[in-house]
Amino acid sequence: MSSEFRNTVRANLAKPEVRANFYRAMDGLMTRRLDQFPDKAELERLRTQSMAIRANALSKLPELLETLEANLTRNGIQVHWAETTDQANQIVLSILQKHNAKSIIKGKSMVSEEMGLNHFLEALGIEALESDLGEFIIQLDHEAPSHIIMPAIHKNRIQIAKLFHEKFPDIPYTEDVDELTQTARRILRDKFYAAPVGLSGVNFMVAETGTLCLVENEGNGRMSTTAPSVHIAVTGIEKVVESLSDVPPLLSILTRSATGQPITTYFNMISGPRKPGEKDGPEEVHLVLLDNGRSNIYSDPELLATLRCIRCGACINHCPVYVRIGGHSYGTVYPGPIGSILEPQKAGLDVHGELAQASTLCGACSEVCPVRIPIPSILNRLRYDGVRRDTANTNTVGSGKRRTLSEAATWKTWAWAATHPTIYHAGSTLATRFKGMLPTNLGAWTTVRSAPKLAESTLHQQAKNLGVDHE
Amino acid sequence: MATKPDTIYFFGTCLVDLMYPQAGVSAMQLIQRAGVKVIFPPAQTCCGQPAWNSGYRDEARSVARAQLALFPKPIPIVIPSGSCAGMMKVHYPELFAGQPDEAQAADVASRVYELTEFLVDVLHIELHDLGEPVTVAVHTSCSARREMGVADKIESLLGQLSNVQRVEHARKLECCGFGGTFAVKEPEISAAMVLDKVTHIRNTGVDRLISQECGCLMNIGGAMAKQGDAIPHQHIAEFLWERTGGNAA
Repeated sequence: MSSEFRNTVRANLAKPEVRANFYRAMDGLMTRRLDQFPDKAELERLRTQSMAIRANALSKLPELLETLEANLTRNGIQVHWAETTDQANQIVLSILQKHNAKSIIKGKSMVSEEMGLNHFLEALGIEALESDLGEFIIQLDHEAPSHIIMPAIHKNRIQIAKLFHEKFPDIPYTEDVDELTQTARRILRDKFYAAPVGLSGVNFMVAETGTLCLVENEGNGRMSTTAPSVHIAVTGIEKVVESLSDVPPLLSILTRSATGQPITTYFNMISGPRKPGEKDGPEEVHLVLLDNGRSNIYSDPELLATLRCIRCGACINHCPVYVRIGGHSYGTVYPGPIGSILEPQKAGLDVHGELAQASTLCGACSEVCPVRIPIPSILNRLRYDGVRRDTANTNTVGSGKRRTLSEAATWKTWAWAATHPTIYHAGSTLATRFKGMLPTNLGAWTTVRSAPKLAESTLHQQAKNLGVDHE
Repeated sequence: MATKPDTIYFFGTCLVDLMYPQAGVSAMQLIQRAGVKVIFPPAQTCCGQPAWNSGYRDEARSVARAQLALFPKPIPIVIPSGSCAGMMKVHYPELFAGQPDEAQAADVASRVYELTEFLVDVLHIELHDLGEPVTVAVHTSCSARREMGVADKIESLLGQLSNVQRVEHARKLECCGFGGTFAVKEPEISAAMVLDKVTHIRNTGVDRLISQECGCLMNIGGAMAKQGDAIPHQHIAEFLWERTGGNAA
């Protein structure tokens, strides 16, 4: 059994430097998160509170989106709805065309990655420059993000130094992180003033006040949303919360879970374009609300929990699979545990369903999730949807498409044997008796392990001599 | 049900039955030695977890349903595995939701104990170490740790043994990479995980590896055996029985 995913995994597992980069980074993030929650009881209380806030918002999503649109419009923010990523790209394009813009400067946005916006614009001759340092680095190297909040985490300092030297030969080679950062800042500073349009993501949208909240550390988010005369925000429809008072607890658990910071350096609350008499700010603010499969996820009461996500990345940081294979192995916009539940639902189980298998169901992800998304349960459900026959009973895209005759036959045979104890035990007794004749090469299992050794006799046989009751 | 029962059911698990019967035997002997009668329903086969985790819920349910019938008395069901206990305690109610035997599944689930949990919380077992000094590394399965929440029980049992020194290995809380069918479906990732786990355990220089989970032991032990010079591994029940003198105690 081979697949594109497994081929990529194999290739990435064979890169010791990349594996070491992930290990070091994830170790640091896990420690920093832990340091932010010295009181375990408080952490569990906060997780429950945050889950409730997100669950409440989702429970009235259609209503909150209406309120949000009304309040944003009242604040002067133009709201656009996109069912697909194509539609979202076209909306952005039409705004750019209206302003005759040939370039945009971008703050970090995973939804824009979802849209493939940079490629879409570049094909039309429009430059889309990433201003988040991590995004800036990977854009130089024509790579996709390997992590949702630390997109260049697969690279170490030396690799970045070499990349900068290759791309900016006029600047002296340095491995000093501060100097490298300053180089990027100098290049970006001019771009901020020149770009006619800035684009950003959104962390929370407040329905009650019509406010867009943006969490960031570098100030590039604030620059992208204030320096250019037009600001376009893109985000998923699920990012809405009901009231302003929902934001502080979510913000606090987001930054602590994500980077182990009590709060980020910048927290932006965008509530409209520049008003008459104000000295700065964009003249136009647009919000593009993307569905891209979210409504379909919303329609299932169990899978709905997927949409609670606040994109902190803690599940990714704690995942023993992610840390080994790295973000690029997933072949999706969102990697790690959240990607493994979100991407198969968005693209369909036939396309990305294998990601639901790429987990031992160890539960490290759900243990740290700030909004208590039961990731292993959802993975289990997606495995079920992938092979179930009653596909009419689920809305998951690609349901039943992963069912193969041979696997179904194997489980059917197994179930038949395990429900016929006499035959089952005769078989296992026979197996132990003739264990010398069993194969020692068990394919995948024995590449790094010896074949499991059958016992001399089964527990069933030995229990007979133990003075236990058999009833 | 935290008071000591007269009798319990023992569910050995399919893996223990075939690969590690001594773990099952020792577990039952430990319970018997504490004055509790053990019933071993002979028709038991498998909890159904492999099919459940593979998405084959109908097949999982039919196998699970065959087990439900084996525990009619209102007494504890003790299982020497965190993952099989987790299947029955946590997932049976999900698997049987809306089924005619939903109530029966809930009843069985409510009586399930993972072995170390039962020894500590219900039997309040007292252990007297009769063995030579030994150093051990403890690997707790993810299901025992996170699904059953009993990771501290194996530690407290080993803590009672005066000549046993536990040595912590790096990344102790991390999964060993077994994951049931995961090891077969994603063998490269599983291999990377278990080889790291083996390295961390070897780095401690311990005499023995102890776990409450035979799936993890088969995985880690198999990888050590393939490398040669394997550190001996044992299920906690077998280790406790051996250290406390077995029948002689």
